[in-house]
Amino acid sequence: MNISHAWTSVWRMALMALVLILGLGLGQQALAQADPDREIATAVPSVDADAWRQIRSGETGPNFRSSRFDSNYNLINASGENWRQLRNRWVSPFGLIAIGGMLAMIVIFYLIFGRKRLDEPKTGRKLPRWPLMMRSLHWTVATLFILLALSGLNLFYGKLVFKPLFGDSAWSGMISASKLVHNYLGPLFGILLVFLLLRLFKENLPKKHDLVWFKKGGGMIGKGHVDAGFANGGEKVWYWLLATVGIAVIASGLVLDFPNFGQSRDTMQWANIIHALGALGLTAVALGHIYIGTIGTEGSLEGMTTGYVDETWAKEHHNLWYEKVKDQTVTKEQLAADHGNTRGGDQAAPRTS
Amino acid sequence: MAQMKFMCDAERCIECNGCVTACKNANEVEWGVQRRRVVTLDDGEPTEVSISVACMHCDDAPCMAVCPTDCFYKTDDGIVLHDKDLCIGCGYCLYACPFGAPQFPKQNAFGERGKMDKCTFCAGGPAETKEEEYQKYGANRIAEGKLPLCAEMCSTKALLAGDAQEVADIFRQRVVQRGHKDGGWSGNPQAEADSLAYDATQQG
Repeated sequence: MNISHAWTSVWRMALMALVLILGLGLGQQALAQADPDREIATAVPSVDADAWRQIRSGETGPNFRSSRFDSNYNLINASGENWRQLRNRWVSPFGLIAIGGMLAMIVIFYLIFGRKRLDEPKTGRKLPRWPLMMRSLHWTVATLFILLALSGLNLFYGKLVFKPLFGDSAWSGMISASKLVHNYLGPLFGILLVFLLLRLFKENLPKKHDLVWFKKGGGMIGKGHVDAGFANGGEKVWYWLLATVGIAVIASGLVLDFPNFGQSRDTMQWANIIHALGALGLTAVALGHIYIGTIGTEGSLEGMTTGYVDETWAKEHHNLWYEKVKDQTVTKEQLAADHGNTRGGDQAAPRTS
Repeated sequence: MAQMKFMCDAERCIECNGCVTACKNANEVEWGVQRRRVVTLDDGEPTEVSISVACMHCDDAPCMAVCPTDCFYKTDDGIVLHDKDLCIGCGYCLYACPFGAPQFPKQNAFGERGKMDKCTFCAGGPAETKEEEYQKYGANRIAEGKLPLCAEMCSTKALLAGDAQEVADIFRQRVVQRGHKDGGWSGNPQAEADSLAYDATQQG
């Protein structure tokens, strides 16, 4: 019994020693945990404040993974806010100022100076100016432009006007129609505008006399007339605006219209800004073009409707062109006879430059 | 009124994607759409950290500001919802959103994206019937007095959802309990100055 008792005490001693040793070790570990400075010094560094700052600015490192299978987006889309501010604070008021300002200028100009009338009476002799092909192209592009401008304006500003005015259900139909018109007719407009621009390229090459035309303000005010060929300085400006800004608007529009090619969000943000700025600017200038082509100038519209212009109009507005083509004049009677021949007088109209 | 917010504690997220699965299951969202995603930064490096992201229901929501149809609205609880009957799929909300939350079921030519879909904080959306609401927007757990399923099912409670004040309180408590001065995130050089874990009860 004694022996076994002794053995038990030995075991107890050994156990106590073990507990003591283990306890010391554990105690040390607990001490380390309680000391924050030591913890910081030994802890594995994680993503720190600088890294979060970097992520907020839109950057993510090469070892960035997203569980969304088709997502190549950063954690934070930093350019989104930039795009929002550009669009809502700058482009939006720009459009209203450009279009509203142009409308106001046209109205004021019309009230002060009125219509630009021909100085001499019309002779009744006509000159072929716009063949049927050109007129069809012009009016198709013009119709598409107006449809795109209206639907585009609705997409930009409509929610401020029509949503409160008509209520949700009418607005829903209106806005989805606008989007469909805009997205499906846009590419068609783009293709046709390129044809129109190619067709009119030669007539719109800048010439020396255009400078004089600009210096004299195109002779829009008063009696004087300025030298001009087939296209005058103003028309050339409109042409080159369409050839530069117009092409930029079409190109950026295609970027927005075909998201299926996987272009990034950032690309589409910039495409949207270019598209909106260009299109709003062109819409404003188009108002000027429409005014000058219709009520602004006597005798201009008939060129684009019938294809023929009056001799007096040609002499006064496009004297250099008139000098080249004055031998092609036809009388009203001849023209009527041509119409009778079902040829419409159109194939007969030669292209001039 | 409450201001509903999500908060993901990156120090706790273990990248299990439970939130993503819970969301998919609760809302039966369309194929290809994933309202919540888990992003991992520095994947495979010692500094690796993960965070779960979805619509953050911003106070000043950029999607709302740029939407051409004005289809977004904010509930009294500060949840940003949208009307799919008004959505035309133009994608502007996606351009503007800081978190990549809006998604589209399609990505076709002529901008045919279909109706935008995003996290609703499990609060459904505008619809005539409950069935229509579920079919269009998914679950309306808020109406049943429940919080979003993603946060409810988060195994480490890294993802918190609820009133901003409560969420902030929970997170603050955690930071204190962690015992570091920089309990919000490790290796914060400002830790001494910020002293996020200052706890008066532990002093003297």
